[in-house]
Amino acid sequence: MSSHTTGVDEEFLALPLGRLAEAALSAATAGGASYADLRVHAVTTEIVQLRDGELESAVLDRDIGLAVRVLVDGTWGFASHAGLTPDIAAESARHAVGVAVTLASLNADRVELADEPVYRDVTWVSDYRIDPFTVPTADKIAVLEDYSGRLLASDGVDHVSATAVCVKEQMFYADTFGSSITQQRVRTMPALEAVSVDPAAGSFESMRTLAPPTGRGWEAVAGDQVWNWSAELAELPTLLSEKTKSPSVVAGPTDLVIDPTNLWLTIHESIGHATEYDRAIGYEAAYAGTSFATPDKLNRMRYGSPVMNVTADRTVEYGLATIGYDTEGVAAQKWDLVRDGIFVGYQLDRVFARKLGLERSNGCSYADSAHHVPIQRMPNVSLAPGIEDLSTEDLISRVDNGIYIVGDKSWSIDMQRYNFQFTGQRFFRIRSGRLDGQVRDVAYQAVTTDFWNSMEVVGGPSTWRLGGAFNCGKAQPGQVAAVSHGCPSALFRGVNVLNAIEESGR
Amino acid sequence: MIPAQGAVDLTLQAAAHANRCDETIVIVTDRSEASLRWAGNSMTTNGVSTSRSTAVISIVRTGDGAHVGSLRSSVVDPDAVDDLVAAADKAAHTAPEARDAAALPTGAGEPADWDDPLPGTGAGAFAELARGLSGGFGRSERLYGFAHHTVETTFVASSTGVRRRFTQPTGSVEINAKRGAASAWAGISTPWFADVPIEQMLADLSMRLDWSKRTVELPAGRYETLMPPSTVADMMIYLGWSMDGRGAQEGRTALSAPGGGTRVGEKLTGLPLTMYSDPLAAGLECAPFVHTPSSSERLSVFDNGMDIGRVDWIRDGAISALVYPRAAAAEFGVAPAVPADNLLMTGGTKDLGDMIAGTERGLLLTTLWYIRTVDPTTLLLTGLTRDGVYLIEDGEITAAVNNFRFNESPLDLLRRATEAGRAETTLPREWSDWATRAVMPTLRIPDFHMSSVSQAQ
Repeated sequence: MSSHTTGVDEEFLALPLGRLAEAALSAATAGGASYADLRVHAVTTEIVQLRDGELESAVLDRDIGLAVRVLVDGTWGFASHAGLTPDIAAESARHAVGVAVTLASLNADRVELADEPVYRDVTWVSDYRIDPFTVPTADKIAVLEDYSGRLLASDGVDHVSATAVCVKEQMFYADTFGSSITQQRVRTMPALEAVSVDPAAGSFESMRTLAPPTGRGWEAVAGDQVWNWSAELAELPTLLSEKTKSPSVVAGPTDLVIDPTNLWLTIHESIGHATEYDRAIGYEAAYAGTSFATPDKLNRMRYGSPVMNVTADRTVEYGLATIGYDTEGVAAQKWDLVRDGIFVGYQLDRVFARKLGLERSNGCSYADSAHHVPIQRMPNVSLAPGIEDLSTEDLISRVDNGIYIVGDKSWSIDMQRYNFQFTGQRFFRIRSGRLDGQVRDVAYQAVTTDFWNSMEVVGGPSTWRLGGAFNCGKAQPGQVAAVSHGCPSALFRGVNVLNAIEESGR
Repeated sequence: MIPAQGAVDLTLQAAAHANRCDETIVIVTDRSEASLRWAGNSMTTNGVSTSRSTAVISIVRTGDGAHVGSLRSSVVDPDAVDDLVAAADKAAHTAPEARDAAALPTGAGEPADWDDPLPGTGAGAFAELARGLSGGFGRSERLYGFAHHTVETTFVASSTGVRRRFTQPTGSVEINAKRGAASAWAGISTPWFADVPIEQMLADLSMRLDWSKRTVELPAGRYETLMPPSTVADMMIYLGWSMDGRGAQEGRTALSAPGGGTRVGEKLTGLPLTMYSDPLAAGLECAPFVHTPSSSERLSVFDNGMDIGRVDWIRDGAISALVYPRAAAAEFGVAPAVPADNLLMTGGTKDLGDMIAGTERGLLLTTLWYIRTVDPTTLLLTGLTRDGVYLIEDGEITAAVNNFRFNESPLDLLRRATEAGRAETTLPREWSDWATRAVMPTLRIPDFHMSSVSQAQ
């Protein structure tokens, strides 16, 4: 923990957390629950949006409530409420018991939880320097005005949108095993997009900044210490102008060097979601989908080439899924998902650990608000760099004719995580081992295991970057989660590149 | 918890008493929710919840300009109201000028139903469904799915006299059935969970799984394709979300016209198709007034409480309107047009059975999935077919086909459609988290672009 971080806010600690826990857990037990947990969950979100340098919207949203989850005769019941009084906590516990009893006839699968040490009265706070909610909204607007103005002042930039999203999440958790855990973390997501319009042709082109969402405070948005905004805002108009004049890509199998600013999302979709145990056994079959990485393939299936090593963790510094303990009171851990190209691990909660025959959960339970039931959610899933410290230029030098892809844009993958298609922000042509201008209208499409088996070499530790998203969706009712993915640059051979204009039939 | 109406009054009074800003808008939404999820013939998660959000929008006027502070909170403690109002007021006083300033709508007192009790929901809403599902769980197919019911009552009140109230029920049931490698889907929207046709849904799923007894592998390519209403809804909802007037006027969307201006007036199709939103559409009723805590290209906080009427976005095959809040409408010299929370497309007449019978060789889809933009200049979207692609040969369904990734634009689909079926109520599968109220036709596309094969079942 950084010395800059002060601790959980007094405002949250002033809530009657202990009394809510006592009321809820005792009412649940009295009602017949064999297990119960109480969560008081606050999520504060500020979204500031500017368009062409003018304020479009600045809204602060504070969501807080309590949730009670119970096990009655092996069946879950869940209830939540916006009220934060002991009476409401007890009433919610009785509601949860009622839900479990009412719907018990539909449950054919008795729920059992893996063991976990008890953590009494522990506190965890993430590592950030400037709590974004100590920064006045007017100051946030001023930073985005400044950034927008720098882009708008450049030739060829016709429109600029600017967004900063700041989140603080506070959780108090207590269960009938005896754990009681208080946590606080913050995250920030800055983004600016410049648009160049060609009115005569009725066409336009855009380019977004590469600054990733991060588990840091306002220091990631203002100033150049964390992210070099001055450099990025200075070069973006030139890159955009070059992109608008660039030729349309030639479709077909192409060697790709993929930058971490793009590759993180491919990892998210084709490895992160594919190694969720709940998906693999069908819990998401009707919605988010299942996975080709089924339990019978664990420790057997070749996921990718031997240079592919993928870890999962809830511990990496500034990771968006980093936390001290999950929403079932399981301490944060780090483990392998893919080792030397072989599929070796899953993401689990306490129920799924037992189902898989493991003694302990690896701590992937999460709910995005008090009003949603905890489910298995993605930890930070990251591709390890190579031992040899190859630079991105080293990878590019190995390509005779290919494309270097930078920045994420759109993404889509099928419901078993086989077939995916991604676009990006910047596509540089590689000729004879060197960059040779940009191309446009690029999408790449592949089957997950073909793609990862085509990975010839990964960049070294100096190319490794943490990317991520605030908006990973899963479950019904829909829940969002923030998650980070670290990766080096990597070289892939013969990936199918599409031309978006040709795809549209024009 | 004090009643929502009490929270509205308390907040407006606190703002008036503090007297720090020129105008105040209060939006209180009480939400009651129940959910039930199952997988592999067993319940997985469930829950009931009760929550409230209170949004306070404070406005400071300076000459022609206005400054806005907007806060929303789920805190229900009446003692927190003063702090909430103070924070919104402070934000307004430090905010730069709003670009969408307009006079607030005015009103003349509370509507007749203002003080009526608020309806809610609970696990009991699923009683009949649970009985039907229990029967389904005993059959040979493996069932997966989700039932969701929310009842939200929203109050909008302003210091200028606006008082509006609306109760929005939203319900859906989705069932995915699997038999061997075959997978089928059925989904309905059901605002009040009355008369859920669970037996009919299970029978429909069995029929579709029977269609899958014969399977045919087909390669990527362009196929004559019947898009059923759920798939048309998912593509047209995305089109609807992309019809912002400002973006089109500024040349940065697919609705911008070459040479400047917008594509309003462009005839997309000779088919007599009209796409519209209408808060009074029977069975798809939704709020007939604006309620938003934040401004965007589609909505303005200054329009809170303003009437939303029917808007024809496409009329008789031609693009006829784009989305403009009042301030944007004034800026571009057009009429304000605000979308209601539903979408309908009418004008087709054919029965799906007749459309299948009239197909020599083609594909019948079930649902679409993971739809995302590939190229915003043409609104080219990618996505997957899901839970049932069926081969039609000589007017009959003869087999199930593998899934595909498609690359298609909803604008181009309308430009190329050769036939439209009768509009019917449907559940848009991809967007059902946000949009459950849709009436759409089946469309016949002579050359739907399946870009690659997906191995997913």
